[in-house]
Amino acid sequence: MSTFEYAPAPESRAILDLRASYGLFINGQFVSGNGTPFKTISPATEEVLAEISEANAADVDAAVRAARTAYTRVWSKLSGADRGKYLYRIARILQERSREFAVLETLDNGKPIKESRDVDVPVAAAHFFYHAGWADKLEYAVHGANPRPYGVVGQVIPWNFPLLMLSWKIAPALAAGNTVVLKPAETTPLTALLFAEVCQQADLPPGVVNIITGAGATGAALVEHPGIDKIAFTGSTGVGKAIARSIAGTRKKATLELGGKAANIIFDDAPIDQAIEGIINGIFFNQGHVCCAGSRLLVQESIADEVDARLKRRLKHLRLGDPLDKNTDVGAINSGAQLARITELVAAGEAEGAQRWDTGCPLPEKGFWFRPTVFTGVSQTHRIAQEEIFGPVVSVLTFRTPQEAVAKANNTPYGLSAGIWTEKGSRILWMADQLRAGVVWANTFNRFDPASPFGGYKESGYGREGGRQGLAGYIVTGKSA
Amino acid sequence: MSSAPIDTAVDATARARDFLGVTRLTNSALRGWLHGLPGVDHVGCDARAGDLGTRSIKNDAKLWAIDLAISMIDLTTLEGSDTAGKVRGLCAKALTPDASDLSTPRPAAVCVYGDMVPVAREALGTDSGVGIAAVATAFPSGRASMAVKLADTREAVAASANEIDMVIDRGAFLAGDYLTVFHQIADVKQACGPARLKVIMETGELVTYDNVRRASWLSMLAGGDFIKTSTGKVAPAATLPVTIVMLEAVRDWFALTGEMVGVKPAGGIRTSKEAIKFLVAVNEVAGEEWLDNKWFRFGASSLLNDLVLQRQRMKLGFYSGADYVTDDAPSLY
Repeated sequence: MSTFEYAPAPESRAILDLRASYGLFINGQFVSGNGTPFKTISPATEEVLAEISEANAADVDAAVRAARTAYTRVWSKLSGADRGKYLYRIARILQERSREFAVLETLDNGKPIKESRDVDVPVAAAHFFYHAGWADKLEYAVHGANPRPYGVVGQVIPWNFPLLMLSWKIAPALAAGNTVVLKPAETTPLTALLFAEVCQQADLPPGVVNIITGAGATGAALVEHPGIDKIAFTGSTGVGKAIARSIAGTRKKATLELGGKAANIIFDDAPIDQAIEGIINGIFFNQGHVCCAGSRLLVQESIADEVDARLKRRLKHLRLGDPLDKNTDVGAINSGAQLARITELVAAGEAEGAQRWDTGCPLPEKGFWFRPTVFTGVSQTHRIAQEEIFGPVVSVLTFRTPQEAVAKANNTPYGLSAGIWTEKGSRILWMADQLRAGVVWANTFNRFDPASPFGGYKESGYGREGGRQGLAGYIVTGKSA
Repeated sequence: MSSAPIDTAVDATARARDFLGVTRLTNSALRGWLHGLPGVDHVGCDARAGDLGTRSIKNDAKLWAIDLAISMIDLTTLEGSDTAGKVRGLCAKALTPDASDLSTPRPAAVCVYGDMVPVAREALGTDSGVGIAAVATAFPSGRASMAVKLADTREAVAASANEIDMVIDRGAFLAGDYLTVFHQIADVKQACGPARLKVIMETGELVTYDNVRRASWLSMLAGGDFIKTSTGKVAPAATLPVTIVMLEAVRDWFALTGEMVGVKPAGGIRTSKEAIKFLVAVNEVAGEEWLDNKWFRFGASSLLNDLVLQRQRMKLGFYSGADYVTDDAPSLY
């Protein structure tokens, strides 16, 4: 061996106790669904992992009724301190079983094990720890007297961070005293179902957490169910608009965390080596399946060539392949449908005249894969600068002045996140004030902390998750009705 | 500076003037250039080091990395209590790192104080493949006159040292007197003759990563063949983030000038696991061209035996133990 070739270092699957089929988790028990079962596969190999029940309208109704009964009879009668004990217990079990969750998440989602191990699972546990602490302090968390829960919350989450999005939804809802019916995405149901086992292990009262599986129809049945008091949704802007329409005129409240087309802005005085890492983290973390991904790279024109050369040199060290290998940096695209969407938008980028470059790395024969891709010569008019690609594709644009950077960054229907790279502190503060984005990172990107609120402006949704602001979305204040 | 040979300074200075595009090399010219380098974000640099540290090196790759790491060691003893006996023991270890497996590679060099060079030469001979590095220039503080520093260097080279590890004047650097630091390096380089010059920046005293980057570029501009983190006498010594900043510097210097400069983290690297993290950083930051003991070294002593133990474990399939590897020169360095 003349060069440093890293030998395969796969994480073992032996820790998993995967069942052949999974039912719905309703009222503390796994029950068969009445819909048409479907299969969940590993996107890296297309191997069938398990058969999953589909919840039809009757199953959704059973789950909502279980949640209502649990709310009325048990959960709303517990003290905050007692609710907190359950949340602490869940958090500790997540930590104890972290390797199991990480392997399962990587298998079902396709993301690299180093990310599920170092980000998804620990941050999910952190959300439960954080919200456990608020459970008996709600009057200090929000403005207004008499803080209390909504009741039964319907939650629909996406496939990009299955367990982490579950924790963002369930932890604050339970801390505030709500019960939940949660639907994971149809391509990534397994960690949610493993979480159902954790609820059993933690002796969580039956019906406080219900997990129903299925696709869009199941989600629609949940959203439209009259027994739901509040909807929390993370996913595409298209579905978010449909939800907002469907609940218009009802008593239901909603928080929606939708798409994004974030600008990651690199000034000529940026700490260049760290900025390159931040660009990569911004768009290639989780294969770019990140709503707040830094998919539009805005580079000051005076350093555009240098950034281009450094970025491409660095990208050649990204290791794409088996997501379970501990040295893999870029995993599989989550589904064939998503791969088709990425492929279509990339073709549109080329057709519109942007210059496409990719790492040229070999791709595995089976499964869904896309090479890390950089488009240069992109203008705001191009589809790849406007539409969310949700894949490992970055569109590079240039700017000349801070004002122009702000104008371009804000010139999008979205407003979820933004990044600023400069050594000049005053400019960071000025930019953060001007950017219409819910999260602005300075000299870093894609950092998540349970204490920090996350959410969007404009078509990126409304409501916040995390921190006191996120908790407030699950709390009613003022005089009781 | 009165004792500096005029011709040295002229060569290096002329080159530097040309490089900076100035007619006269001054502190303000050097300051403008060094402070024009991109900054280093401390948090981001530490995060990058943490990320590289998660690489999992197994099986063939690990065995290959262990042998490479052994071949990159400057096996070191730098104590006031060093004796001829201790240096001979160190040399014997360098010649036979593992008596139970003669296929074990030898370290690149032994690293000793200048007055021990003759002892080391006698023990190593001239064709063992193990070089002799001597610390010089009033190591480790560097607080002496230039005449003393140059005499120290010349004496070590005359005694057959192949490499000189000098220290920069950190006081001058922190005071912003980059020109003095530049001239001292350039003059010592001249005094080295054929010996390769390693420039110890003592990064634990420079503290900020911005300073490490500037000192790296200043050392390269002045003609250093290697940039080295530490004397081993100041904590923190060789950390992974500092080494990454230096690897970025040699990589960018090469892109600019076509000249390769080596990197030597020294002090505090004691285990195979740590050493392999550094090799991963070399591979992914500077590039595989640096994966050679001509361009990367570890200044270490106890690291060698940990690598030997791991190597035995990989070959035999079980751990032996510290009593099954020889240790002639126990040291904390």
